[in-house]
Amino acid sequence: MEQMISLKNVFKYFGEFRALNDVSLEVAGGERVVVCGPSGSGKSTMIRCINRLEEHDDGEIWVNKNELTEDTRNIAQIRKDIGMVFQQFNLFPHLSVVDNLTLAHMKARGLYKADSTDLAMTYLNRVHIPEQAMKYPAQLSGGQQQRVAIARSLCMQPKIMLFDEPTSALDPEMIKEVLDVMIELAEEGMTMIVVTHEMGFAKKAADKVVFMDEGEVVESAPTEQFFSQPESDRTKLFLSQILTH
Amino acid sequence: MAIKTGRIAALRAKRKRNSIITDTFQLIILGGGLIWLLIRGAAEMHYVWQWHRIPQYLYKVIDGELIFGPLIDGLLVTLEISVYSIVLGLLIGLVTAFLRLSDSYSGKLLATVYLELVRNTPLLIQLFVFYFVLGPIFEIDRFWVAVLCISFFEGSFAAEIIRGGILSVPRGQTEAGASLGLSRAAIYRYVTLPQALPIILPPLAGILVNLIKHSAIVSVIAVFDLTTSGLDIISETFMAFEIWITVAAIYLLITISLSVVISRFERYMKRSTLAG
Ligand SMILES: Nc1ncnc2c1ncn2[C@@H]1O[C@H](COP(=O)(O)OP(=O)(O)OP(=O)(O)O)[C@@H](O)[C@H]1O
Ligand SMILES: [Mg+2]
Repeated sequence: MEQMISLKNVFKYFGEFRALNDVSLEVAGGERVVVCGPSGSGKSTMIRCINRLEEHDDGEIWVNKNELTEDTRNIAQIRKDIGMVFQQFNLFPHLSVVDNLTLAHMKARGLYKADSTDLAMTYLNRVHIPEQAMKYPAQLSGGQQQRVAIARSLCMQPKIMLFDEPTSALDPEMIKEVLDVMIELAEEGMTMIVVTHEMGFAKKAADKVVFMDEGEVVESAPTEQFFSQPESDRTKLFLSQILTH
Repeated sequence: MAIKTGRIAALRAKRKRNSIITDTFQLIILGGGLIWLLIRGAAEMHYVWQWHRIPQYLYKVIDGELIFGPLIDGLLVTLEISVYSIVLGLLIGLVTAFLRLSDSYSGKLLATVYLELVRNTPLLIQLFVFYFVLGPIFEIDRFWVAVLCISFFEGSFAAEIIRGGILSVPRGQTEAGASLGLSRAAIYRYVTLPQALPIILPPLAGILVNLIKHSAIVSVIAVFDLTTSGLDIISETFMAFEIWITVAAIYLLITISLSVVISRFERYMKRSTLAG
């Protein structure tokens, strides 16, 4: 499989603070990678660098054969290839669900409303909430909102999906409905990087698990191996903490 | 339970009735006191009231045709200045807010210098600078000097209100827009501004009231607004009390009716954002 995403010796600083320390990561097309690690370890920073919500200070980031540079055309191309789902959903509260899905189509790609709405309904069907199309985000449950957010990203037909703790803001009874949608997506062959502490999801859907600590990739291994025979002591400690929860 | 809520409602209604009565009472005392002071003051000065001469300065009817007097003419000029200034001031405010929020260093610097200058010097001095320095250089007549000066003054307040409104929209909204591939301009237009508007509009409407009051200052460069007309009539007739009271009443009438419209509008905005 060809490389879809490739980070080579990436560094990122917030002032003096080094948030990413020599991070390298390879993700092949169709591969599903789960990223875990303690709070403040740089997981969000890493995936936010991939679609330029943060700017990396050193190293190279390649997405679908494009190198991420200052060039705005380059950034636009890379964002076209990548969809992102946030912990806090970030739906547009002033727009109905269907308008949340069609906005970027119509304003960034110049699609007509009718075509755009058809596409939006297709994706709302895929996350199993077509009946909520005319509601506003505030009228939906957290799980429904996150599924709308997933549909909104899918609508732009990305090649890669980034998830930053998509279930952390959800009540326990809603986590499953979101994970189920993500598992379906994985089964369809989407390239995914998922920051999550849901180890059940990792075991079920991930090809590879990456453990980060203090801005570094401490361990990166195929899922099976990651859980059965972790190499680093830090990984073992983290796993013992998170699995006993 | 039902009885209890009924009693509370009754109590509340009673309290409201009481507060209306005390409010009215206070208003009568206050208003009566002011009028009494005014009459006493005038009496001390052996002032001769000539209210019957006032209407002619508001309007005249000649051959069955209604003709505005100088006070109404002045009011029209005040309103004209206000309308031009609010449009221009909003534009200046919007541009300044965007400059301050931009990444451009010189843009930020320009906006900050403008804001600091305008907000830390007296309006009167600004008016003189516009009138004596910029007016002759750019050959602007006094009406437009007045409009420009007031626009820049109120624009500085508008800028901070607009900037605050935009900053109140969570960063995640912009990030979601960017990750969907929307351009910066599209994010502003379709994501940020629609959410900032309900927060920006009420205080912005308040600026309109201020603007009308502040516009009185243009009398010092002899633009024939309401205040200048009042001054003019007084210098001819020496009816200071009657004219000033009339002029104040006209300003009050305009600003109070504007405030009523604004608070209606605020309630409407609140309701529509709650529904959304
Ligand atoms: N905009 C910023 N300015 C300054 N420091 C930041 C900024 N964003 C993140 N950091 C710091 O960088 C470090 C890594 O943050 P990051 O959000 O990537 O961690 P994380 O692994 O996603 O943690 P969490 O599990 O809590 O989400 C943290 O110490 C954080 O305080
Ligand atoms: Mg994070």
